[in-house]
Amino acid sequence: MNTMNTTVTSETDMPEEKTIPVADEQPAEAKIEEGTTVGHPFSDDPKFKLRNVEVFYGEDRAIKNISLDIGRNEVIAFIGPSGCGKSTFLRCLNRMNDSIDICRVKGGLELDDEDIYDSRRDVVELRARVGMVFQKPNPFPKSIYDNVAYGPRIHGLANRKSDLDDIVENSLRKAGLWEEVKDRLDATATGMSGGQQQRLCIARAIAVSPEVVLMDEPCSALDPIATARVEELIAELSESYTIVIVTHSMQQAARVSNRTAYFHLGHLVEVNETSKVFTSPEHPLTESYITGRFG
Amino acid sequence: MQAANLMLLVIAFIVVAYGLGYARSRSLAMPLGGIRHLKSLPFYYGARAALWCGIPALVVLGLWAAFQGKVIQTLVVGSLPPEMIPASPGEASLLLSKISNVASGALPSNFVEAPIAEAADRLQALREQSRLYMSILVVAVAVLAGFLGWIRIRPRLNARSQVETTLKWIFFSCAALAILTTLGIIFSVAFETVRFFHKISFLEFFFGTQWSPQTALRADQVAAEGAFGMVPLFTGTLLISAIAMLVAVPVGLLSAIYLSEYANKKVRGIVKPLLEMLAGIPTVVYGFFAALTVAPFISNLADSIGIDASSQSALAAGGVMGIMIIPFVSSLSDDVINAVPQTLRDGSLALGATQSETMKKVIFPAALPGIMGGVLLACSRAIGETMIVVMAAGLAANLTANPLDSVTTVTVQIVTLLTGDQEFDSAKTLAAFALGAMLFLATLVLNIVALKIVRKYREQYD
Repeated sequence: MNTMNTTVTSETDMPEEKTIPVADEQPAEAKIEEGTTVGHPFSDDPKFKLRNVEVFYGEDRAIKNISLDIGRNEVIAFIGPSGCGKSTFLRCLNRMNDSIDICRVKGGLELDDEDIYDSRRDVVELRARVGMVFQKPNPFPKSIYDNVAYGPRIHGLANRKSDLDDIVENSLRKAGLWEEVKDRLDATATGMSGGQQQRLCIARAIAVSPEVVLMDEPCSALDPIATARVEELIAELSESYTIVIVTHSMQQAARVSNRTAYFHLGHLVEVNETSKVFTSPEHPLTESYITGRFG
Repeated sequence: MQAANLMLLVIAFIVVAYGLGYARSRSLAMPLGGIRHLKSLPFYYGARAALWCGIPALVVLGLWAAFQGKVIQTLVVGSLPPEMIPASPGEASLLLSKISNVASGALPSNFVEAPIAEAADRLQALREQSRLYMSILVVAVAVLAGFLGWIRIRPRLNARSQVETTLKWIFFSCAALAILTTLGIIFSVAFETVRFFHKISFLEFFFGTQWSPQTALRADQVAAEGAFGMVPLFTGTLLISAIAMLVAVPVGLLSAIYLSEYANKKVRGIVKPLLEMLAGIPTVVYGFFAALTVAPFISNLADSIGIDASSQSALAAGGVMGIMIIPFVSSLSDDVINAVPQTLRDGSLALGATQSETMKKVIFPAALPGIMGGVLLACSRAIGETMIVVMAAGLAANLTANPLDSVTTVTVQIVTLLTGDQEFDSAKTLAAFALGAMLFLATLVLNIVALKIVRKYREQYD
């Protein structure tokens, strides 16, 4: 009873100071040193090199001094309680935060050693390389074909109709959707089931041949069968793409990712091999989270 | 007592009934252990007593006030000596107005025949009697019904459901009133239209290209035969509406796109109300702006580049009308563009589309049905608009597609047909009803199409 109480209090009354005490039973260890992350946040062959990243919403500091490498062709999962900044951090990687007026991003963010937030950087080119799949399936109210062909068309990837047909077919095949929809490519995409819609969104994202696919809780609106299907798909895609996935499901993180990053109140607490995070987490906060004491 | 005073009295009764009902329900509840032993809150018992008191009394008052005039008239006319009983409705109304003039003292009684003076006295007496009976009856009904409502208050009585049912019917009758008014207008227009087509053939009206409705008022008057071809009027209406839409649709749509996608919150907060203010300017102000500022400007401009332009042009009227209906297009379009889910914008931007590509290829197609609805509503507004056209476009029924010419519209002709001296059953006057019916049909079809489109759009994201 006593531990329960202190855990709850510590979560609701978290002060915005540099160190955050948690449960009484682990007084010394349960602190977050700002800017320090336990485990292995860095990589030998980084796709993204992120250093001292801070994100502000107006006066609020949503991301507090995070440094992380995301390796080439790895699947990294971001986990953490709601409001911990994992989605905000994800949206920095393809500058989707740009459309929010009050959002400011500081620090060094590099994709293949090029600054993402350079003012001369073409955000269109960046987003063509870093695709994104959203929490809620968001197919355009167009035909299935037009949904997948949308990206290739705006980037001029196909010279002929037949090229475009090939891109659409390949993308749908990679997304495991081709067999289900090949006879009704002209049907409107909003009439599909939720799981199909989400796989269509994945097909749409990979149709522009991105190098990275960001996924923001891609299965949270899907039933278990559709979720399993999307997870299989992530496993297949991981052969050719770098994948960053935000998820609330720890089982999902455990199933699909190579590394797992645990976020807490805007801090990056721990990054480690997924098997290590879920079997012997180094940080007491990570342990509390994955054992279900809060989250 | 006057009906208005009586009404105030009834309202006072209603308030008293409410208070008494409220008090009675409380006093019934207290011995049981508080108002939670009542089936409903005391408010509902009070309201129920008030409804019992007010509704029958007001219904009686309304019926009496509606029919007393007719009944008294019949009685007065019936009591006239047989040789004076009027033969036609026209004569009857003449006679009645004479009688009531005498009764009100506007016409001295020694100026008229004796039976009429007598009838006037009778009218006066009947009116006073009627007023007295009405007062007694209404007060009696209010008190009696109020008392019945009050005495039947029991703790087990479900006053809430009764009050709510009654209120539901009151709301329904308010809604029905609007519908009945519309139906009434439709029928009166339809009947007159049928009468018009007894005088003028369908063929002439629908396919005639001449419009000059000035017919002779009297047999000895020298005047034209009159021509009732609606083609020039409808082309005029179409020409001016088309010019208005040409102004309003691009400007309105582009400003809606700017406001919803590009403008920041601050700009939007200032510009949107200002734009909507355009719809609040009285049309007569637009009218003299068009007639005194825009039309001369256009005609001078046309002269200076060597084109012949009328001083009253379709272009001036249509252009100013277009400005007036910009807010219809922009406000409705802005709403539907905003209703397109943010996830679609994100999805498109995340694929590397620019803001304008997102607008063109995702948001605009998704919002298009709603935008079409807004445009059609604006269009029916343009077709029905009168004041600007009366002032700026002129009265000449020219069959032309030249926007610099002066044209006239259906609405303008209705105004000129029905203002000034007129004979009610002439083809000229009835033509106004026929034109009104056509206009009504045209805007009705546009509105139905617009509503259909808007409704279809609504289903899309559910």
